Amino acid sequence: MGIDLFGSLPLVVIWLALGGVGIVIQAFVRDNTRLVFGYYISTLIATGVLAALTFGHTGLTFDGMVTMGGSGAFFDILFCVTGILTMLAARPYLQREDSEIDEFYTLLVSAVSGMMLMAHANNLVVLFVGVELMSISFYVMAGFFRKSIRSIEAALKYFLLGAFATGFLVYGMALVYGSTNALDYATITSVVRAGTTPFPMLLAAGVTLMAVGLCFKIAAFPFHQWAPDVYQGSPTVVSAFMSTAGKAAAFSAFIPAFTMLMPVGAGASYVMNMQLALAVIAAVTMLVGNISAVAQSNVKRMLAFSSVAHAGYLLMGIVSGTAAGHQAIVFYLTAYTFMQLGAFVIVSILERENDGHLEFSDYAGLSKTHPVLAFLMAMFMFSLAGIPPFAGFFGKYMLFIAAIDSGFTWLTIIAVVSSVISVYFYLGLVVKMYFSDPVGEGHATNPGTAALTLGVAAAFTVLLGVLPSVLQSMFTAFH
Amino acid sequence: MPTTIPLDWYLMLSAVLFVTGVIGVITRRNAIIIFMSLELMLNAVNLTMVSFSAYNGNIGGQMFVFFIMAVAAAEAAVGLAIVLALFRNKQTVYVDEVNLMKW
Repeated sequence: MGIDLFGSLPLVVIWLALGGVGIVIQAFVRDNTRLVFGYYISTLIATGVLAALTFGHTGLTFDGMVTMGGSGAFFDILFCVTGILTMLAARPYLQREDSEIDEFYTLLVSAVSGMMLMAHANNLVVLFVGVELMSISFYVMAGFFRKSIRSIEAALKYFLLGAFATGFLVYGMALVYGSTNALDYATITSVVRAGTTPFPMLLAAGVTLMAVGLCFKIAAFPFHQWAPDVYQGSPTVVSAFMSTAGKAAAFSAFIPAFTMLMPVGAGASYVMNMQLALAVIAAVTMLVGNISAVAQSNVKRMLAFSSVAHAGYLLMGIVSGTAAGHQAIVFYLTAYTFMQLGAFVIVSILERENDGHLEFSDYAGLSKTHPVLAFLMAMFMFSLAGIPPFAGFFGKYMLFIAAIDSGFTWLTIIAVVSSVISVYFYLGLVVKMYFSDPVGEGHATNPGTAALTLGVAAAFTVLLGVLPSVLQSMFTAFH
Repeated sequence: MPTTIPLDWYLMLSAVLFVTGVIGVITRRNAIIIFMSLELMLNAVNLTMVSFSAYNGNIGGQMFVFFIMAVAAAEAAVGLAIVLALFRNKQTVYVDEVNLMKW
């Protein structure tokens, strides 16, 4: 099989730009924040454009270890766009917090390259390396304000629990490898489907452990405990990036991994139990996420629990296991990325040093002091709650249909109930912004380049809601 | 099968090592000892990988072990740096004293 040069270009370009040139720039050019910022923005643009060019060029490369084109290329574009938007929002934020160090951009691009590897993985080794490349970059980014005890606390918790979950993930991989005698997805699928493994118990245990590891990365119950603390303590732009691109990457790995481990019509008996277990996890995740979010008074923490709840909705697509379910995941992930990113970026613009201005009460009367920000925040909240005509509505609709079609009506009923619960706190914030009087004078904000991020996020939130077919037409190239 | 020791023994040993690591992570409160337990978990995985690799005659598992070792080294570097940053801020390495936010 060898290497298909054209199809491998997005991955090769980001690796060379990061490891070949970026490191040299950082080592030999002093006072280089602007240079590094521009350099990595152009790297991400180039990678995204190449991914778009290779979209229709599907197949395998690097001796079958990595896929090309199709959904992998779609996720590349999503990660690159999220990376660029986060960098644009991060620059003014970091300057305001007086800690703009150019390593931030390097770590961000390194995380993006790990995510791309996850989305392209066709082999357990590649999946493992991708997960770790992303996670280790995230551990450092979470603790980026190294003088702030909250940021360090977030990094420590994320690191300890993340490394713990990695242990489970990789032990699961070892058992799957041992019982199927293969590391590449295609061979594992054929062994699972034929049910010819000599160690059926070890295979079932391996799949369960891999599910535990991946559920941690998407912050699903009962492995969601880290998410609120980490998202609250990390620098806000980092929370924005982790909760959007990080979750998208975890799902981009989750879909092929579980298509491989739970193929339709498999001989192994664990498949039905695993599907039911994931359905229960999805149901509990969305209920726990939304009910806990109701009790929060800190906006960052509320958004963190909302991201937990969204992991539950997205898991419905995995449970359904159909192509329609997977397409619904991709659609909802895209929509979710833009609306959640937008909401976090607004929080980062309004935030003041020492974690000031993060409570619900600080948002009272925002429509009078910052009418534009309040309007955009209201839009993102409506979209997160799943109210038409915004993008969140169609994503949820597609996920619910996919779950019903595969016989999980009870799961859909729970999803609808928990969506109704979520309306309470999303609209609670909107009511606070529009129908309360501002406390004090309100302070000046200077969004800088973050305005661009907000504009793009808002445009996509509306566009995907009004014209969902734009994205759906791309899905035909996936399979 | 290169040795006379059956595969089960290797798997049981690595499972015991893995569970020891898990118990260490859950019960210990010193961040450094939690690290050591995490490394133990990863090394248990390495043992599983190599024993399956030898038993099945498939070289892939031994290759995977090199990646796990490299990742473990990277994780240790980042993790110790985080503990150092914690110690500079708070003069402690005990995770139960790090509780500004609810666990």
